[in-house]
Formats: sequence, C-alpha cells, structure tokens
Amino acid sequence: MKLLRLVFKNLSRHRLRTALTMLGIATAVMAFGLIRTIVGAWNAGVTGASANRMITRHRVSLIFPLPLPYRQEIARVPGVTAVSWGNWFGGVYGDPNDFKNFWARFSVDSTYFDLYPEFQVPPDQLAAFKKERDACIIGRKLAQQHGFKLGDVITMEGDIFPGRWQWVVRGIYTGRDPSTDETQMFFHYDYLYEQVKAREPGRPVDAGWYVLRVGSPDAMARVAATVDSMFVNSRAPTKTESEREFQQSFVQMSSAIITSLQVVSVVIIGIILLVLANTIVMSVRERTREYAVLKTLGFSGRHLVTLVFGEALVISLTGGVVGLLLTFPIVQGFAKALPTFFPVINVAPLTVALGIGAALLAGLAAAAVPANRVVRMPIVVGLRTVG
Amino acid sequence: MMRIPFSYIWRSLWARRLTTALTIGGVALVVFVFAGVLMLARGLEATLVETGSPDNVIVLRRSATSELSSQVDRATADVLEAENGVARGADGRALLSREVVLVIDLYKKKSNALGNVSIRGVSQRALELRPGVHIVGGRPFQFGTHEIVVGKSIASQFKGVTLGSQLSFGGDRWTVVGIADAGGTGFDSEIWGDADQFMQAFGRPVYSSLTFRVADPGQFDQLKARLQADPRMQYVEIKHERDYYREQSQTLAKFIRILGLMVTTIFSFGAMIGAMITMYAAVANRTVEVGTLRALGFRRRSVLGAFLVESVMLALVGGGLGVALAALLSFERISVINFQSFSEIGFGFALSPGVIVSALIFAVVMGVVGGFLPAARAARLDIVSALRAS
Repeated sequence: MKLLRLVFKNLSRHRLRTALTMLGIATAVMAFGLIRTIVGAWNAGVTGASANRMITRHRVSLIFPLPLPYRQEIARVPGVTAVSWGNWFGGVYGDPNDFKNFWARFSVDSTYFDLYPEFQVPPDQLAAFKKERDACIIGRKLAQQHGFKLGDVITMEGDIFPGRWQWVVRGIYTGRDPSTDETQMFFHYDYLYEQVKAREPGRPVDAGWYVLRVGSPDAMARVAATVDSMFVNSRAPTKTESEREFQQSFVQMSSAIITSLQVVSVVIIGIILLVLANTIVMSVRERTREYAVLKTLGFSGRHLVTLVFGEALVISLTGGVVGLLLTFPIVQGFAKALPTFFPVINVAPLTVALGIGAALLAGLAAAAVPANRVVRMPIVVGLRTVG
Repeated sequence: MMRIPFSYIWRSLWARRLTTALTIGGVALVVFVFAGVLMLARGLEATLVETGSPDNVIVLRRSATSELSSQVDRATADVLEAENGVARGADGRALLSREVVLVIDLYKKKSNALGNVSIRGVSQRALELRPGVHIVGGRPFQFGTHEIVVGKSIASQFKGVTLGSQLSFGGDRWTVVGIADAGGTGFDSEIWGDADQFMQAFGRPVYSSLTFRVADPGQFDQLKARLQADPRMQYVEIKHERDYYREQSQTLAKFIRILGLMVTTIFSFGAMIGAMITMYAAVANRTVEVGTLRALGFRRRSVLGAFLVESVMLALVGGGLGVALAALLSFERISVINFQSFSEIGFGFALSPGVIVSALIFAVVMGVVGGFLPAARAARLDIVSALRAS
C-alpha cells in the first residue's frame, strides 16, 4: 500500500507528462475501439443471419435471376417449411454521390415478412402494406435519416429497371435484435412485375433469389443438395447455402479492406506502446539515483519492479478507460459521416475487453525493459549517475 | 540575430537516443498509415481512370449507374455505326464495339472464397479501341467460338484460370486461350470473349454498352448534342470513357479516404502527444542549458527556433521512415469488390510524388504542433531561475 502511494507521488511529479501520456493512450485505445467496431459492423450481416434460413440463388452469380416456377418445386423439398423471394431493385435516389442516399431496396413477395420475424412491423401497418400495390415498408433508421413518415411518397430513378418510380410509405419496421439492419426498404414484387410489363413489354421479371425456411438447422446440408440437384441441368442452375454463408460471401468480397483494418489495429497497439515506453524510460532514467538510494535503504528488487510497473499500469489503464469512454461518441460520429454504409454499428463488449487488454499489455511491455534495468543496476553506478 | 548552431540541435537529439528513437518510431507508424491510405485511394483511381482512353466514348442507358445495370439495343448500335462522327478503321467500318458486361463467380486462390468477376463480351473492334490491352500469353480469342481471354489480375488471383483451362458459366464450357495485360487498368480484372456468344449463352437480347472512338476529339460536344437530339437516341447517355470510369471509382475511393483519414487523424493526435512529451522532457532536462544559452546572448526567438527545429527534425526523420515503409506496400496488390460494378477490381498501392509530399507535410505539421508548446516554454524561461535549476 505504501508502494502505491509512492507510485502516485511519482506520477504527480511530472503532471503534464503523465496527463499527456494518458491522453495519448486514450486516443490510441479510442482508435482501436473504432476500428474493431467497424470490422464488427462489416460482419453484422453474418451475426444477424438466422439459423433456420437458407438462400437459393443462381449458381453463376447473384446478378442472374431465377425463374418463378422454382418456388413450387423448392417448397416441395422435404425439410423446407416456407419459401419466399426477393429481387434487388437498385435505383438512384437524389444525389448519388451522397452516401446517405444509398440504401438497400428490394422488391419482395408478400410472404417475405413471415420469414423475417426480426423485422417487426406493426400488424395494422403490415395489413395496409399488403392492401396497396405501390406501398413500401422501410426501416426505422432509414426513416429517421431522411425524415420519412407514414404516408410519405418516395420517388427515385430506376437503373436496372429504368424510369421513374414512386412508393407510398405504409410501414416502418423496427429490428428485434441489435444486429438487425434497420436501413432497408421493401416493396411489392407484384408492383415491379406489373410496372416492368407495362414499361418494357417482353422483358422477363424473375426472382432474384429465394429465401427458404427449414425446420431445423440440421436439415440444411440435405436441403441444399436436394434443391441444387433439381435444377442442375436447367438453364438456371442454383446454389443454395445457409443465410450465414451467403452473408459471409459478401463480407469476403471486401476482405482486403478488413485485413488492412486489422493490420492498422495492430499498428495502434504499437503506437500505444511507443508513447508509454517513452514516458517510462524517461521517468526511470531521471530517477536512476533515487532508485539507487532506495536500494541502499534496503528496498528489494521486487519493490522497485512494483514501482516501475505500478506507474506504467496506472497510466495505461487510466488512458485505456478514458479511451473506451471516448469510443462511444466517436462511433456515433462515424456512423453519421457514413450513414447507411454500415447499417448496424455497435460497440461490442469484446471490443471493450480487448481495448483494456491492449492497454494492459502495453503497460506491462513498456515497463519490462526499464524495470529490468533498475533491478540489475549496481548501486554504485546508480549513485554515480548524473541525471 | 544569432542562430543556435545546428550541431547543438543534432547533439541533443543524439544524447537521448532511446527517447528520440521511440518518438521517431511513433511518427513513422502514423505517417506509414497515412501514406498507405493515400496510396490505396490513388491506386484505385489510377486503375479505373486509366481504364478509359481519352478519345473513346461510351454509350449507356440513361441513369444507368454502371454497365451492369445498363441496356442498349441493337437498333441504337446500328444508328451509331452509320454516324459520321464515329471514327472509321482502315476498312471504312466504324470503330465501335458492342459490349455486354456480366458478372460470374470464381474461387479465389488465397482465401478459397467466391469472388465476383466481370466478363465482357466484345465485338471485332474492341482491341483496336483499347490499344493499352495486349495479349501476353497465348493468342486472342476467335469470334464465333467459346474461347475467352483473361486479364492478368484474374489469372493471378483466381483458381483454375490458366492457359488451356476451361471455365463453366452460362450453361457452357469456355476455353482460356489467352492472357491479357492491360497495363494495370480495370481490364486486367476482366474476362473477354465474343459478345454474341455470351449473349446467346446467357439468353440476353440486348447489349450493356457501346464504346466507340470519336473521329475528331475536338468535335465531341457537337457530336453529343447532335446524337441527343436524335429521337432514336433518347434513352441513352453518351459520355467520355474516362469520365465513366472516374465515376466508377468514386464511391470506393471516397470510402477509403473517409475511413483512412478519420483513423489517421486520431492517430496523428497520438503521435503529436508523443512528440510533445519528448520535447517537454527535453526542455525540462536542459533548463540550465537554456539558461546558459540565454546568458550567452541568444534571444528568446533563437531558443524557440532551436527547439522547434529539433521537433520538426524528429518528425521529418519519422516521416521519411514512414514513407519508406509505405513504399514497400507498392509491391502489394489487393483485390476488392467495387459495389458500383459488383465485381472485384485488382489494384495496387500507388506511390506518387504528391503522396510523398503530403505525407512529409503531415509529418512536419505534427512536429510543429507537438513541439510548439514545449519550445515556447523553453523560450519563456527566466534566465536567472533557469541557471539556478538543478
């Protein structure tokens, strides 16, 4: 306990330096937390994937549609309890260079929401949506970002399906879990079909992909094999996988960016270490004579090691905690700067633990060399040192 | 006014080698990340912008955001082929390529994951229109057959793509007969074949885009105005190929910049604090020295200057080291999805003089900001009490 008091006395000798070091560590831990959170946001689709849903898409690429009659055939496969489908709409809303104006727009079959219980739509809104052909349902966050209210009309220019498109907002869904994406927009597949038939006669409008609900996750491998073998020799062969794998493949596409972010988060730990090591090395060098005096007074090597480590750990842990507290507002700011790019962005408990862990590790590593030097130094050499 | 000799500054840095090295290391890491981000964004832009040729013009469906979502029919292609403003080859036929762009999945070598690859069906004139694309292995594909040529990025990043190998897509098998080098442009990340064969295989009745060379580049605006007045061309958009590819790079490049710069800003704050700690310590340790210098007749301004130069030197050495580390990145190539074209684009970290200068300026700013307060403290020291300090 006496030693702890000495540690605090030592820390308050150079208050400015101690404060600056803590601030430096806090900044680095905050950057670490931010990057880990971004990587986590990238994986949100995978985390949010349901364990009993599967996706069937065109074998060659997601850009190719699947014929509508596949639905009945897939529904007959043993183990499949429900089938729905969706289609990527694309479209350009407002200024395309503003990230805010990009969000996922899907045309879906009316049964779609039965398969996605995590999209919670109030029953009266869902009923209103089902009644109207040009209705749409949007996520809570999307509504917030653009100020869309029930009854508002959303207009955009089509790209895959050219022309001017309009929908009336009839429902706003909220996510059941923190990992649920609340920035999507859904409208009736039937509306898309009708409109395209009228605007571009002769153009086929098929399903983009099918969503399958299976009775139990164990059935997935068998269902995938059965479905894919049914269509293997057709014009549109399929690839069926769990929703998790499907989402994973999207994450994989950007794996290079994730890898570089992870490299950067390691670099940050290096920076924490350098800032802290600098301070500790300085303090220890300045106090070389004092340590020698302490040794002559009978303090053992263990006491001195405790002093050096104590100082490093107090600085690094304080900095770490402050940094983590700062992580929350900065993540909020980041989410504002790049809205809808990361629909789901939350600071995970693991990130908090890792941030503290990184600070702790840096504290230990930074103190190791100076502490070792103090212990090994012969008293006479220490006393003779000129600071 | 007397200036404090440079050798004094240099020696004081050397006297505290370990601290100096740690500070330089911190700055180097920050500059490394900063330069890396700029190089990545530049690499991506260079790759996509260079993909377009200055004299080429691309025709897409109006409001299509990429070739993937664009549709152009045969009638439009026929109109353009007869148009005077389109350059003609030696045989008197229009230098125009009717193209179809689709995406297929292939397995990546490194991660064994599926990656999206653009396939481009072209017509006879395509190679003439893109003089930057050369066949470096094998031979060009033959029109009317199921032969394809793959870009060198595809050949190096994806599994089972070698000369003579067969890929299956669109219900058929396609033989790789050549490997193309497009000089690091976007075409390196594409597979090329006969447009008609691709359209037949995928059951697609319309083209994605038309690319042609203008007969007289100076007349582009007139040509564009004339075509857009033509009722048969109402639903298409005509733009320079370069502008098209620049737009294609925007979202991803902007994203890399925002993300990277946000992180480096936070980082640089940490590094400035590191420099500040070092410089404060330097000032504290040298109080007597500063007093002596002042007593010798050096002005406050000279002391301020000396400490600032010391800090800037630290930062510059760190910056140089960081840029050198970042330069090693130019050997690295990465492949990332470009959501605008929904396919992977291979690009490298491009080191340019602009990047080096920005990185060094960034380092100097960190040095000045980090060193200013400590230097000011040194300059403000009172001579008598400074000399009396222990």
